[in-house]
Amino acid sequence: MTSPSSAMRRPGSRWREGRAALPWLAPALVLIAAIVFFPAGYMAWTSLRDLSQFGVDRGPAGLDNYARLLDFAPLGRVLLNTAVWVTGVVGVTLLVSLGLAQFLSKAFPGRRVVRLTVIVPWAASVVMTSTVFYYGTDPFYGIINRFLVDVGVLDTGYGFTRNPLSAFLLAMGVAVFVSLPFTTYTLLAGLQTVPADVVEAAQMDGASRWTLYRRITLPLLRPAIAVATIINIINVFNSLPILQVITGSLPGYSADTTTTLIFKFIRADRQVDTASALSVVNFLIVLAVIAIYLRIVKPMRED
Amino acid sequence: MTVTAPAPAKARPRGGAPRPGGQATGVRRWLMATGGLVVALVFVAPYLIMLTGSFKTRSEILRVPATYLPQQWVPSNYVTMWSTPETPLPYNMVSTIVISVCATLLVLAVAMPAAYYTARFRFPGRVAFLLLVLMTQMLQPTVLAAGLFREFITLGINDTWLAMILVNGAFNLSFAVWIMHSFFASVPAELDEAAMLDGASRLQILRRVTLPLVWPGIVTAIIFTFVAAWNEFAASLVILTTAENQPLSVALTKFVGQYESAWQYVFAVSVVGIVPVVLLFALIEKRLVAGLTAGAIK
Repeated sequence: MTSPSSAMRRPGSRWREGRAALPWLAPALVLIAAIVFFPAGYMAWTSLRDLSQFGVDRGPAGLDNYARLLDFAPLGRVLLNTAVWVTGVVGVTLLVSLGLAQFLSKAFPGRRVVRLTVIVPWAASVVMTSTVFYYGTDPFYGIINRFLVDVGVLDTGYGFTRNPLSAFLLAMGVAVFVSLPFTTYTLLAGLQTVPADVVEAAQMDGASRWTLYRRITLPLLRPAIAVATIINIINVFNSLPILQVITGSLPGYSADTTTTLIFKFIRADRQVDTASALSVVNFLIVLAVIAIYLRIVKPMRED
Repeated sequence: MTVTAPAPAKARPRGGAPRPGGQATGVRRWLMATGGLVVALVFVAPYLIMLTGSFKTRSEILRVPATYLPQQWVPSNYVTMWSTPETPLPYNMVSTIVISVCATLLVLAVAMPAAYYTARFRFPGRVAFLLLVLMTQMLQPTVLAAGLFREFITLGINDTWLAMILVNGAFNLSFAVWIMHSFFASVPAELDEAAMLDGASRLQILRRVTLPLVWPGIVTAIIFTFVAAWNEFAASLVILTTAENQPLSVALTKFVGQYESAWQYVFAVSVVGIVPVVLLFALIEKRLVAGLTAGAIK
């Protein structure tokens, strides 16, 4: 238009443009700096300090907090749990959502209502959903147990929440359940970007349904799958309420992930310094997992 | 996930129009409807347990074996739950409302100018800013709880609504900025220029031309933020220590005791907490797919 091309600009103009943007961006920058980056830094710093149970800073601790983490006997089990938790929940969620999204993209009577019901676990607070499952699987008065007995799956009510393994698996099931709505809707949105004429052309060429799906739909869904997977990894990794409600009352650490362990350190043991060290480790693990995912899957590759 | 999120909204067939292969007829159509019914039942079943449970008496909800439907319907749970020794529920309700409404307003006030400016103008640092916003998506209150807790104690605002408004505002900023950015970017600048030639003022243009076009994006951002703040749990658990300040999501857990649990109240409170949010989501259901296409995938 009428403004001079960028090559002709005076050196000062870049700064002026940046300064003009500042009033528009400043509020967001201040909020992010104060509530996201400052506490992140503060936490990293706290992880190197020795804190009393009442939060009094007793001076530098070097890497003592990290050393205490390494000495923490159940850590191996907790890390294993975390790996199973994240890969299991994210993987199963993705597989179920792929089928569900495909189904919900087709036209059938009542589809709008079905789509609405799929949103419900997203709208409901995760604490509330987990609590219903916890209640329902009680071995004595649990309504889900009664149902399983009535349909003949079980002979008598089973205490799903009474031992670490079944409680952990139940929690994983609940985590999948509450992750399905977002994932399914993201994949539905992705399916909208699959051009109808390409599918039609392939059908004309006599491609089978499965070939069609594998060779055309799935590759085009790749960005949607990537977004859903990354967001799910972050959310599932950081999920607290499900395990807190379902396995929280079990003694010991055999059904804990790193995230729930952080909260046990803060709330039960008042060890904010150790919790900070674990939080730093936790964040680094999330970063590494996402980096590895991006490296292996290369979701953004354009081909 | 790329930095320049392009045009959303309009390019999409309405509500996911049937595509080839999806045009089922006759028996197949009804088979699919039956499948749909099964899916719907699976997704609402836990919430039906909640709803029926909220009408049971304390003794019936602990009965062995469990009853599917209340033998005696007691709607009075919805009255008595407001005055129990476990938690001051009226305060919890007010806390939830104040925190989520204020956090939503905060996000709007902070995200809208940033989204508008980054969509309309090219300036040095633009991409860096958008990436910075994206990075906050990776840090969640759960990871930062320990740091936030220490920061708020230092600032003297631990255990206050303000602290939770800031937390909910900051952690929902990235989604709001991204979704509004892509909607603002989809409004062609020529439209503004044409209106300006017709003698409209900047404010008039914003109100009459731009806002109506980006409204769906703003509504999506509002509802997402509101729902996330309404259901937030982890940070509230650590930061809000006074019972009166805690939101419903935390208060709810008080009814679940080690030995005795008031499940009927857990479920009545849950129903009160869930219904408004489901209604909000139902309002934007049609737009949800478009919003996600715009905000995340492109």
